Amino acid sequence: MQYVDEFRDPKYARLIIERINQTLEAIPESRKPLQVMEVCGGHTHTIFKFGIDQLLPDSIEFVHGPGCPVCVLPKSRLDECIAIAENPQVIFCTFGDAIRAPGSSGSLQDARARGADVRIVYSPLDALALAQQNPDREVVFFGLGFETTMPSTAMTLKQAKLNKIDNFSLFCQHITITPTLQCLLEPGDLRLDGFLMPGHVSMIIGSEPYQFIANQYGKPSVITGFEPLDILQALLMLVEQIAEQRCEVENQYKRIVQPQGNQQALIAMQEVFEAQQRSEWRGLGDIENSGIQLNKEYQAFDAEVKFCPEKSTAKDPAECRCGEVLTGRCKPTDCSIFATSCRPDNAIGALMVSSEGACAAYYQYRREEHQ
Amino acid sequence: MCLGIPGQIIAISDAANMLATIDVCGVKRQVNVACVAIEPLDALVGKWALVHVGFAMSLLNEEEARQTLAALESMQALAHEVDDFTGLGHSDKEKA
Amino acid sequence: MSKRITLAHGSGGAAMAQLIQELFVESFSNSYLAKQEDQARLPMGELIAHGEQLAFSTDSYVVDPIFFPGGDIGKLAVCGTANDVAMCGAKPQFLSCGFILEEGLELSVLQQIVCSMAQTAEQAGVAIVTGDTKVVAKGAADKIFINTSGIGVIPSNISWGAEQIEPGDQIIVSGTIADHGATILNLRESLGLDGEIESDCQPLYPIVSALLPISGVKTLRDATRGGVTAIMHEFKQISGYGLEVNEADLPLAPAVRGVCELLGMDPLNFANEGKLIAIVSKGSAEQALQAMRATEAGANAAIIGEVNRSGRITVKGCFGGSRLLDLPSTEPLPRIC
Repeated sequence: MQYVDEFRDPKYARLIIERINQTLEAIPESRKPLQVMEVCGGHTHTIFKFGIDQLLPDSIEFVHGPGCPVCVLPKSRLDECIAIAENPQVIFCTFGDAIRAPGSSGSLQDARARGADVRIVYSPLDALALAQQNPDREVVFFGLGFETTMPSTAMTLKQAKLNKIDNFSLFCQHITITPTLQCLLEPGDLRLDGFLMPGHVSMIIGSEPYQFIANQYGKPSVITGFEPLDILQALLMLVEQIAEQRCEVENQYKRIVQPQGNQQALIAMQEVFEAQQRSEWRGLGDIENSGIQLNKEYQAFDAEVKFCPEKSTAKDPAECRCGEVLTGRCKPTDCSIFATSCRPDNAIGALMVSSEGACAAYYQYRREEHQ
Repeated sequence: MCLGIPGQIIAISDAANMLATIDVCGVKRQVNVACVAIEPLDALVGKWALVHVGFAMSLLNEEEARQTLAALESMQALAHEVDDFTGLGHSDKEKA
Repeated sequence: MSKRITLAHGSGGAAMAQLIQELFVESFSNSYLAKQEDQARLPMGELIAHGEQLAFSTDSYVVDPIFFPGGDIGKLAVCGTANDVAMCGAKPQFLSCGFILEEGLELSVLQQIVCSMAQTAEQAGVAIVTGDTKVVAKGAADKIFINTSGIGVIPSNISWGAEQIEPGDQIIVSGTIADHGATILNLRESLGLDGEIESDCQPLYPIVSALLPISGVKTLRDATRGGVTAIMHEFKQISGYGLEVNEADLPLAPAVRGVCELLGMDPLNFANEGKLIAIVSKGSAEQALQAMRATEAGANAAIIGEVNRSGRITVKGCFGGSRLLDLPSTEPLPRIC
């Protein structure tokens, strides 16, 4: 596959790792092991799938960040989705990733087994098409994800408005990345030496929004692609920054990410969305201005306004340590229910359900080391 | 959720609705190109784009891709030069 | 005949008799069925001539959608059971066929499926010799469900079985994986992926026949629901040994790879309907591979891994690391076959 296989060629991996090792020699021992946070769940997935963490020396450790929209989906919001889905008029459309996330009484998939019309869609446009094909039903699209998926939701809503498709609405659970990063760094208790920034979020928002991490918090970062060589190359760039005592926002994913981001996407987002004062993140609590809601012009497409689902206040059980794993304060294996009562077939926390979740990755790829 | 795969735009299928046909490894799908639209729309044909949830979200900069790969290749060339210069082949290094 | 199946077609009266005669007997066309007795009467002498053991298998087919690129529920019903019989070395010879039809099913749809079954049976050298038809009220079944059972004789000198698996044995797959699963997923979830993706549904006996003379062959399984992953776990369960698959060696059609990459799914877990996994001793592996590749159905056969003492199922990635290959906790594609 062009533009994929070249960035998975193992022969370059050894060379990059040798360079990383050489560069590490210039960094004082007192700073090691270096703690690098990969923010994005897609990066967590690649790291484990290709065994990158096993290839690296002990002097670099990965800290898995909260950039996995399913992982940070609050239980209460899932309950509200399920309540809407159980309305017999509704066709509830979701990305596959969210269908097994656990609510208070099961997941969307469980709701489907009980008779709710829940459908997996690949694109929000497919949900819109369903609305056109089923004029006597109400189609609700579960809008999940960071800035990567927001433009597609926005474009879809614009089309819905233009074509007056009024049996289509959005359950908005989009979130933005920079308030989360701020929330991580603000307490100042997290020992982090640098960041691998989410490549596809950056494709939309560009590199400017991350400047505060260098300027205010003095941490270097590199915008990173999703193939294994992208991650290795980005790590090398990060380690070089640390060795040379530079503190910048660099871009490894230049073939896709431009510094100014995608203007057409940003404009569409501004036309449809506005920031929400406060949004709850599973495991992290409320984060100011991190949520997204539809603006006044698009209120008619807000599923919560249409269906008024009962507000849920469900929380994760006490033994669930998803929040600490998400903020890099502990590893999945530090959680007492990891691989015991919390497993992919019986997930208690969202990190075990999502294919990008750190716990699911540890379970699938690393649990035998910890048995 | 970040899953995006590069594909080649092979045709504009519905210009009014901003739809194009994209080819990923022989698999074709309709994608919305509103986020990467240029004038004229036809100029997109032949270009590579990142496909994410049914939308082309970014045009792939082929020159930058080449440069990224060239950087990797030059590392390999440098590694061989160093080996030659110091009179060590890779197998000798392992023995030492 | 009326244009749609009604409850009368299953009630034992004139409508049913007409359906059986004009559609089933006519299409499946063999002397056993033509006798129209309550049972098929099969000559033992001919069977015993080939071996002392009968292989007997059954399967039900509930795939949705019922028509797909590369096949349909009927073709699946013939191949699936014939292949299960063939995995022990037996040539599948006779099939039974039970239909459960939903009231309202279009007759033209049934005709198409029956015709496909007849063609597939002829291609596979199998006779459908006895059957049953039931019709249930609308909503009690989804269009059409088919059960087939099959028999064949296991050649006297063949005693393949998973308990013979040993460390060092090679794992060979007969061709590209995940074709059927990718095809069904694309259609059922309306993913809109248009490419050279079609089901690999086909009879496997020609490959089995090519392997019969090779002494190092230990066991065969056809990789259906659960894909290659499920078969690896079955082998581990019976033998107690571990198996490691080399990801770089898996034969994958480019379009199927494209689907898996686009959806972020693992082809090892996808269903197949015309692929088998053979465990062969190291010394005979190359010979077995060439024998498979000489057949049309096995042209893309490849050695994909090895049996070991680890007691675990693992995948070796292209970057060298090994990871566990678990059985997926949920069925990724319900009603795939």
